Amino acid sequence: MPTNVVFAGVGGQGVLLSCRLLLQAAQDEGHDVKGSEVHGMAQRGGSVDGHVRFGHDVASPVIRAGSASYLVCFELLEAARALPCLAAGGTLLCAEIRIDPAPVAAGEADYPGEVAAWLSGAVEHALILDARTALRESGIPLRCVNVFMLGALSAHLDFAESTWERAMRALVKPRHIEPNLQAFALGRDAAVREIAQHARSGG
Amino acid sequence: MDRTVLLGNEAVARGIAESGCRVAAGYPGTPSTEILEAVSRSAPGIAAQWSPNEKVALEVAYGACIAGARAVTVMKHVGLNVAADPLFTFAYAGVNAGLVIVDADDPGQWSSQNEQDNRHYARHAKVPMLEPASPEEARCFVKRAFELSEEHDCPVIVRLTTRIAHSRALVGSAPREDPAPRPFPRDPRKYVMIPAHGRERHSVLEKTMERLREVSDTTDLNRLELASTRRGIICDAVAYQYVRETCPEDSILKIGMVWPLPDALIRRLAEHVAELAVVEELDPFIEEHVRALGIAVALGKDRLPRCGELNADLVDAALNGRAPARVHPEPPFALPPRLPELCGGCPYAMVFAALRELDLNVFGDIGCYTLGALEPHGAMHTQASMGASVGMHLGAEKADAGQARRSVAVIGDSTFIHSGITGLIDLVYNQGTGTVIVLDNRTTAMTGHQDHPGTGRTLRGEPTACLDLAAVARAVGVRRVRVIDPVAEEGLQQMIAEEVAAPEPSVIIVTRPCLLLNKT
Repeated sequence: MPTNVVFAGVGGQGVLLSCRLLLQAAQDEGHDVKGSEVHGMAQRGGSVDGHVRFGHDVASPVIRAGSASYLVCFELLEAARALPCLAAGGTLLCAEIRIDPAPVAAGEADYPGEVAAWLSGAVEHALILDARTALRESGIPLRCVNVFMLGALSAHLDFAESTWERAMRALVKPRHIEPNLQAFALGRDAAVREIAQHARSGG
Repeated sequence: MDRTVLLGNEAVARGIAESGCRVAAGYPGTPSTEILEAVSRSAPGIAAQWSPNEKVALEVAYGACIAGARAVTVMKHVGLNVAADPLFTFAYAGVNAGLVIVDADDPGQWSSQNEQDNRHYARHAKVPMLEPASPEEARCFVKRAFELSEEHDCPVIVRLTTRIAHSRALVGSAPREDPAPRPFPRDPRKYVMIPAHGRERHSVLEKTMERLREVSDTTDLNRLELASTRRGIICDAVAYQYVRETCPEDSILKIGMVWPLPDALIRRLAEHVAELAVVEELDPFIEEHVRALGIAVALGKDRLPRCGELNADLVDAALNGRAPARVHPEPPFALPPRLPELCGGCPYAMVFAALRELDLNVFGDIGCYTLGALEPHGAMHTQASMGASVGMHLGAEKADAGQARRSVAVIGDSTFIHSGITGLIDLVYNQGTGTVIVLDNRTTAMTGHQDHPGTGRTLRGEPTACLDLAAVARAVGVRRVRVIDPVAEEGLQQMIAEEVAAPEPSVIIVTRPCLLLNKT
């Protein structure tokens, strides 16, 4: 059975690049890969998701409801929206970032207040990471949140670190590579710390 | 074979280059746009171009094939509507070097005004159609299409959908072919379609289709995978992948050449199994053909939807009665929708604000600016096809003269060049008095900022002639042509009010480069 990873966020947050990086890394590790994406939302602020599947002989490019082992999100509302794709026992990795959609900005709807808390309670394995603070404290632009969260995902997969670096060097423009490598490492460390903490607290 | 992860559209571009194709023309349209961009980037020896619209693009490609070079044209599904006129008659005449039409459909309407099923075109125009089920097949099927085109003397359509065009998978490669150029054919009986010639060519075409029906039965583009005798499933394109995942024990007929359909293979499958199912997206194109052969279909569009795209969940539910369970709870709060919207600071927002303030009926068109129909702009009331805004505006005035003082047409720069100029000619020629607002952001934006005849740059970024839209309007006979940059100048709303009130045709060109140009 292939490993299924869904990325979700807001247009412009770099969902498509995360998909491409994971596809590249998984292929480098010897897996058959398939991914699917929807274009056009990138600069127009709509909800974006991307699917990545890797394993042996992957057929469909689209992940079925309730069958994603990992749901990696760059924004809280989009995590709640994408939740139906997560499998029982699957892991949610979410950046604790809020971006108001147009109806909220216009005062016609409310951004739910308790999304992060609800996600933590509803999902058995949920890592909600304060990506914004981590990136800011290291002087890395917030637009690298996609690679930060990919780093967090990498702590759960058994790919070699060099595989990830090769993928980033292949797909990220040279003038952006340094902050992205740093963002990846920060995200990976954050996830490793969270995993260790959960293990210590027995949960 | 070395394989790399490629987007389906990039795989198509690779197949185009490997086929020794020399000319490629198209018009941007999701989900097809990346094909020509990839050809332009990775195959500098191919004359790759954006044409003003898909009809011209097909004609350019056909002219190239007549002049002896393999050629391809690329478009989305509704683009084939625009190119359909020449397609039907090119099918009669046949080709010289191979001609392939790559058509990318959009089941689910991820970014289109409809989800028409273009398999019907193959049957109607009498041309073969191939449907790859993966990016690697897309690369290979393009090459097979060129071979079929030359062997059987016909244009060939390769049909993609979003889940092929915009999926990524491992794709191989092969050395580039180098077909010898062919001489220009002096054969008016074949290529000049006056009625006398056309009648002969129609008979030839019918014989071609008979030959292709036999090809369909023996080609490896179609594949019979016999297994269980309980049930057999006929499926095409990406639906094959959903069937493979959810029905691993059933016998399968994988359709890669969807027109003509392989009647003998269909009969063989029907004889092998107790019951037959057809799993296809959108229309019951295959299902109705199977029934017309006198073969019973136990499961098809009675259980699978005709609207929207398919997926493995829908196939599993229809064929195996398995519904996906909701694994995690519903949130106790509402999720505000997050729809695409005009970028913050887009100059078009100012136009819509003015139109709303003036309470005008707005005949709209296709592009980023279509988002002006949604809140918070709420200033567009119709949109259907490229260029429709102008003709519809004239039609409204013909029905009710007062509409000319209460409505406008709004159309983008690329759309205007594509299909709006003829509408403007109609407006002047047939004595309309309305106002056409051309939103000129110096690019074809919604599809990813492609150049067009009004930007002064080709697909490859070379400087070239730049269409002067104001001059075009004046040449059509519009005397009131105004140009305004709404960010640098005041008075947009006043200008619109004046022109709408004027009892003669007006064109207002609202010109300001898209905010996102020079940012990617």
